[in-house]
Amino acid sequence: MENLLIIILVLMIIAALAAIHAKDLISAVIAQGFVGYGLVICFFLLKAPELALVQIVLETVTLIIILAVIYDSSMKEIGEPIGKRDIVTYSLSFVLVALFLYYFNKAIVGLNPFGEHTLRMSEMYVKEVLELTGSANLVKGVLWDFRGLDTLGEATVLFTAAMSVLVILRISGKKHQLTKK
Amino acid sequence: MTLYILCFILFLVGVYGVLTRRNLIKIVISLTIMEFSVFLMLVLVGYISGGLAPIVVHPEGSDISVVDPLPQTLVLTAAVIAVATNSMVLALAIRLYKKYGTFDIRKINELKG
Repeated sequence: MENLLIIILVLMIIAALAAIHAKDLISAVIAQGFVGYGLVICFFLLKAPELALVQIVLETVTLIIILAVIYDSSMKEIGEPIGKRDIVTYSLSFVLVALFLYYFNKAIVGLNPFGEHTLRMSEMYVKEVLELTGSANLVKGVLWDFRGLDTLGEATVLFTAAMSVLVILRISGKKHQLTKK
Repeated sequence: MTLYILCFILFLVGVYGVLTRRNLIKIVISLTIMEFSVFLMLVLVGYISGGLAPIVVHPEGSDISVVDPLPQTLVLTAAVIAVATNSMVLALAIRLYKKYGTFDIRKINELKG
């Protein structure tokens, strides 16, 4: 199973690079969809069915939103020769990648090897979720009962994001209307 | 360990995309890729080999091992928030495209100074 996961992850990395370097935006969106649905398969293999179902819905919604955004645009990737500023950004990105790799190498020592995770905090959840919450599904029991306040915070963030989308996409402000006339 | 490293490479691909692309949509796509890699990393850490999905099937037999439900819960919360924030960024992109007629972040430069 680990080998299958490795194959899917390598394909996801290739698709991510293809999405970043695609010539037009539609192919970039399709490649990004490949990464998202590969993630769904990984979730299924890692025994997280709930997460996989949610991820299918969210990925589809994201694809539709991005397609709706680029539908009215030119859909072309901006292709211009590499200038002085590009060299700065490329070198900056390589410096950042090297820095991240250095600290990742330091941090990975503290992790258990894959598949040998020990339950620490969730041991209580696994043992007592049926008695305390009455939910046979551990993830939902934790989400709605033990960590209900987290879910409340999530709902707050969702509400704020929806409100800001409404504010940003308002038909037009007063100043804009004046200049239009 | 190979899986962790591959997952981190996916994150680095996202970082590279955010820093070097000039198209706003490409930047949003790179952000989503970074988010995906973080979700996958969390779920990978919580996996126990031979464990079942975290659903109680037999209430009496508690010796059956399940995978850790806590990382899955946190990822479930984070995934929904990620989509909400992404749609906010895309709304900003729509407004910028209406005003400037391009997604190129070099040409959207009236915010300077």
